[in-house]
Amino acid sequence: MSDKKPCKSPDNEVLSGESRREFLKKSTLLTAIALTPGVAVKAAEGQWDEKLAGVFEKMLLHVEVNGVKHSLMVEPRVTLLDLLREQLDLTGTKKGCDHGQCGACTVHVDGHRVNSCLTLGVMVNDKKITTIEGLAKGDQLHPMQEAFLKHDGFQCGYCTPGQIMSAVACIREGHANSEGEIREYMSGNICRCGAYPNIVNAIQEVKDGGQTV
Amino acid sequence: MKDSAINKEGLSRIDGRLKVTGAARYSAEYTPAGMVYGVLVGSTITKGSIRSIDTKAAEKAPGVLAVISHFNCPKIPGYQIASTEAGKPEPKGTYKLFYNNKILFNGQPIAVVVADTFERALFAATLVKAQYTSQAYQTSLKNNTASAFAAGENGESKRGTVAAWKTAPVKLEQEYVIPSEVHNPMELHSIIAHWDAEDKLTVWDKTQGVKDTQDGIANIFKIPKENIQVNSKFVGGAFGSALQVWPHEVAAIIAARVVKRPVKLMLGRADMFTSVGYRPHTWQKIGIGATEDGKLVGISHEAIGQTSTYEDFNEEPVSVSRSTYACPNVNTNYKLTALDIGSPTWMRGPGEATGAFALESALDELSYALNIDPIELRLKNYAETDPESGKPFSSKYLNEAYKMGADHIGWTDRSPKPASVTKDGWLIGYGMGGGMFGAYRDQATCRAVMIADGTLLLQTAVSDIGPGTGTAMVSIAAEIMDIPAGKIRFEMGDSSLPYAPSQGGSSITATVGSAVNDACKELKEKFSQLAGNTETPDYTKILKDHNLSKLEVTTASKGGDNMNKYAMYSWSVHFVKVCVHPTTGVVKVDKVVCVADSGHIVSPKTARSQIVGGAIGGIGMALMEEVIIDHRYGKLVNNNFADYHIPVNADIPQIEALFINKPDPYINPMGAKGMGEIALIGMAGAVANAVYNATGKRIRQLPITPDKLIGINQSAMVNGS
Repeated sequence: MSDKKPCKSPDNEVLSGESRREFLKKSTLLTAIALTPGVAVKAAEGQWDEKLAGVFEKMLLHVEVNGVKHSLMVEPRVTLLDLLREQLDLTGTKKGCDHGQCGACTVHVDGHRVNSCLTLGVMVNDKKITTIEGLAKGDQLHPMQEAFLKHDGFQCGYCTPGQIMSAVACIREGHANSEGEIREYMSGNICRCGAYPNIVNAIQEVKDGGQTV
Repeated sequence: MKDSAINKEGLSRIDGRLKVTGAARYSAEYTPAGMVYGVLVGSTITKGSIRSIDTKAAEKAPGVLAVISHFNCPKIPGYQIASTEAGKPEPKGTYKLFYNNKILFNGQPIAVVVADTFERALFAATLVKAQYTSQAYQTSLKNNTASAFAAGENGESKRGTVAAWKTAPVKLEQEYVIPSEVHNPMELHSIIAHWDAEDKLTVWDKTQGVKDTQDGIANIFKIPKENIQVNSKFVGGAFGSALQVWPHEVAAIIAARVVKRPVKLMLGRADMFTSVGYRPHTWQKIGIGATEDGKLVGISHEAIGQTSTYEDFNEEPVSVSRSTYACPNVNTNYKLTALDIGSPTWMRGPGEATGAFALESALDELSYALNIDPIELRLKNYAETDPESGKPFSSKYLNEAYKMGADHIGWTDRSPKPASVTKDGWLIGYGMGGGMFGAYRDQATCRAVMIADGTLLLQTAVSDIGPGTGTAMVSIAAEIMDIPAGKIRFEMGDSSLPYAPSQGGSSITATVGSAVNDACKELKEKFSQLAGNTETPDYTKILKDHNLSKLEVTTASKGGDNMNKYAMYSWSVHFVKVCVHPTTGVVKVDKVVCVADSGHIVSPKTARSQIVGGAIGGIGMALMEEVIIDHRYGKLVNNNFADYHIPVNADIPQIEALFINKPDPYINPMGAKGMGEIALIGMAGAVANAVYNATGKRIRQLPITPDKLIGINQSAMVNGS
């Protein structure tokens, strides 16, 4: 090799467990100083054990999900998707790719549709989240849920929560004015069973029905 | 009183409300106490052996409970048999996880990391470092067809004279290639494994068959199958990918044993491309010849499909040429090439979809050579009896399906001259292609319980991967019992329930539907006997009169001799209208009509969706789906939805699904035949044929991406002017 510096493979660039923890400890400590009582800070300074580090690797998150206010300690690397599914047991929001490529994880953040797999939990501090579980009013389904049932807008049902959340937003955004427009603006939600025509029909019905979504 | 919903339109899905509210729980969505998370580490080389694995950093990472590889994996009893005879090579079979240091394909799991949270497991998995000794590998089918070997029983067959097509006055010979395609159900394959005791296991698992998964796990871990509880209440699609116990399932079960806690393991999307099978890349060659008036003289159909080095996966790509059309001389040959890639598996339509792409393309090519309409050519060679066995068909209305489809697509608008119709700057073309698949009835058992409040409970261990099995079963039961569908509860996806086979091979409605049918009839008869009359019984009154809290039957059901007397198939025909942009080569599917001849339609609403879904799968196969392997590294490079394209909403027009809806008199009491496979089989050929009609360019290598149509602008101008 002619270069003096050897090429670095991406693998070498991964922080080791220890250095990563050191980094997080230092950075979260700054946050911790701002957020937590002095006694905990003292404990942290005096005792760098794993358990305590675990606490300080977390950040405080205030978030309202489906009308319920939560105050949680979350690791900054936890996605909103995994937070909902693994910590709040709201499994209606689905994991399909973790890359924002399939739309199964679509939720509303302050009324806008987002891929929750591309959103860190800590990014939604003080925001209002609506998931599929929060769409119906008690036993009364949302018109979009009714329309999906009527038009059979699904088969296996796995992409369905994301499709429905996206469909509601699609109308709210003003992007459901024609069949073509609906198809275009619903193309971020993949359905492998192939329910697309039924999904389009369901959305059109709700749009044409003029109900508030 | 009958439920008004069971009319021509059919029932809405009985589990629909759970699915639209997010209340349906799939296999990764349970939380047994103390559950922890497993993440797999995949091999970064394609072939060779593992020298060492450094797990120290991973083990020290926060929250990590275990790192398991072949170095420390507890012995898996089911792996220890069979390889006993010294000097003989290991018998072929499914891949054995953490069995030895051999690397057989890129991405092969070499370790599983278990930690108390998903994030911690995922991070720790990146810290596992393996040292390998790499060997030369082969991942290209094209470069290795010389080493192909006969595909077992499906290898070779002949009827009449071999290569008779060569003697025909009009003939052609062409090669057709499909790439590997990946099922990619939206739900990632996942499992939660929990050892309740030393030899007692519960799993929540994505599977197309809880009983087969129970058997599979029992064979691997050598524990009594009664001790294994498999739950699979909701399955987020599978299309064939969940018909066997895969290594990730074994990994979770082992991990749960090692850490003595329930372990959840959900594959990532990239793993879905390497860990749970795919439709194998297959090369085919068809020689076909006919008389000048369009009577087939002979067909020769060869295929070479890829498999792995450790397992001979074979399917039926060439059988379509033996059974689809009346042709006196047919010879077929099917071989496999073993490559250093993971094993393929059944994918919707399986080999028949591969074969039908070639055969239906060849028929279309022949129709142009003969100057005969493609439908007319098929009718001239219409098989009135099964060409392969000579047996009568149990039912066949394919000729009606041709007509119905042609009427609905507007076939008369098709120009027999390719590249001759343009509209708004796009080339317009029509194509059609057909599919067929064996109609099977397996055996199944159903328990039917009438409860005092008038609720009918039906129980059988079937899974529903999406077609709406529960809805179809409730439709059957409501009809027989003459009660509203809302009074029927259907329980499934639980291995403790009575036997049902895996959902595959388009056989569940015929099989489990028969069991539901038979159980309901038996239960109704029991009520009639109690009441002493033959009229439709008042179930709740009879139970009350006899002071009973419930009345139940458990009924086993299977087909009789008719299966041997008749050739049983479902048929489909797909019609497609495409627009092709002459400059960019972009293909837009503008209109689709599919007609299914699959007997009586038990559940019209869900059946329609099943056909539409299969057609869309076929459009993906035709236009976009392709596994790309970088043969320099033996690595699959497009392992995500940005690079492996499947149809999205904008790719799909309205699709008309039509049914002949005439009962098959012999297959089962409902007269229903399967539909899952024929929904897709033949579709890719129909699209390719439409593209040819639009452009004059015959694409014989799927998918039909724009690069393959670049340059049509000029030829279209010449032909179209």
